[in-house]
Amino acid sequence: MSLSLPFRQIYGPAIVIGLITLYGLLSALLGDGIWDVLSWIALAIPLVVIAWKCSRDNGTSAGA
Amino acid sequence: MASLTANTVRIWYRVHKWTSLVCTAFLLMACITGLPLIFGDELRDLLEPHVAPVSVPPGTPTASIDKMVAVAQAKFPTLHPFNVYWDDDEPRLFVNMSPSAKPKDGEIKSAVFDVHTGHFLEAPADRFSFVSFCLRLHMELFMGLPGELFMGVMALSFVVSLASGALVYGPFMRRLRFGTYRSEAAPRTRWFDLHNLLGIVTLTWALVVGATGIMNAISTPLFGIWRAQTMPQILAPYRGKAMPSHFESVDAAIKDVASALPHNEISSVLFPNAVFGSPRHYVVWTRGKTPVTSRLLTPALVDVENGALTVTNGLPWYLRALEVSRPLHFGDYGGLPLKVLWAFFDLALIVVLVSGVYLWLIRRRAPVEKELNHLVQLEEAQTGAFAR
Repeated sequence: MSLSLPFRQIYGPAIVIGLITLYGLLSALLGDGIWDVLSWIALAIPLVVIAWKCSRDNGTSAGA
Repeated sequence: MASLTANTVRIWYRVHKWTSLVCTAFLLMACITGLPLIFGDELRDLLEPHVAPVSVPPGTPTASIDKMVAVAQAKFPTLHPFNVYWDDDEPRLFVNMSPSAKPKDGEIKSAVFDVHTGHFLEAPADRFSFVSFCLRLHMELFMGLPGELFMGVMALSFVVSLASGALVYGPFMRRLRFGTYRSEAAPRTRWFDLHNLLGIVTLTWALVVGATGIMNAISTPLFGIWRAQTMPQILAPYRGKAMPSHFESVDAAIKDVASALPHNEISSVLFPNAVFGSPRHYVVWTRGKTPVTSRLLTPALVDVENGALTVTNGLPWYLRALEVSRPLHFGDYGGLPLKVLWAFFDLALIVVLVSGVYLWLIRRRAPVEKELNHLVQLEEAQTGAFAR
């Protein structure tokens, strides 16, 4: 069994996605036009991550 | 780096479990009713057709509001003018008539006018509105202010559940790569992975919608506090004087406010009202014209007898924060694509809720506590402490 993952590997991707989400939420709020488009792109990223991760079995089902 | 001892993790796990159990049923209801509400404007256009105003070239002058109010008064002779407001999307003016200063459900009757021609368009019939039904269930469970505050408490419980969930996410994911999803594994493992993945990825969105949900839920008392602080000063000079016997022109009041606040546009006018405004003034609500300032409301008060204008200092910081953050709850501030994205986040949250309930229901067969203890013990054996 491998050593447990460090904090950065556990929360790193979550924090990056969180910041992208925050940008997406605020971009459309504070601007119009291009800022709306940037907001759509930013907010699509977390949803794409979900779709990508759920699209196939990506873990060792023997674990946990 | 987070330093969580084994005991702290267990405490946060319990917080996550209990705050989730408290709010899940109501949150599920809020997610399901919220889904059509995201598309509320589109659904209203579809399900509740209205008489359209004529299209006019830009710069066409607008008609007299006094005359529109007079027409509404003639249509509803037993009611009094309550307020008028402009539709956001079309050049329509709603004149709302009420039997009292504090109308009950269904007591307000509206007359809708074409802003440019001043022609009466229609008086919407009191019929069932799917969107209004969802909205009232979503925000107050058909229980008025107590229901609103109750949903505020549920939203608070939800935010605590999210924060504690994010804290216990770490210990549970110590041996799993980010986004692990074992679709071939047993149902419990699959739902556990789904709960973690969807929960952590939609966390920021859920926190923002939860926090703005709390703010919306307490907006009624917050406005009440502001009114209680502001109105006595404005009304002090009138102490002992007789109540106004005639009302000056609304058109004149609006014109004065427009020239006093040239950077703002007028969104609504509240007629003299001892409960929600001032018994002696028109309260003219204005807002800025840029994306940000359009959320910042500045009320101006106009004496109904002599037309004297009082411009307030705008709203206090807590109401400004409320107004600016309000759209973050609805997702209706960035066009249809944002609404569609909002709907997908909402659906993802439903999966998080349902999977959470599932993991709790099967807890006897596969107790999460046991797994957590196992993980903590492994960790302690390996490193001497859970995390450092």
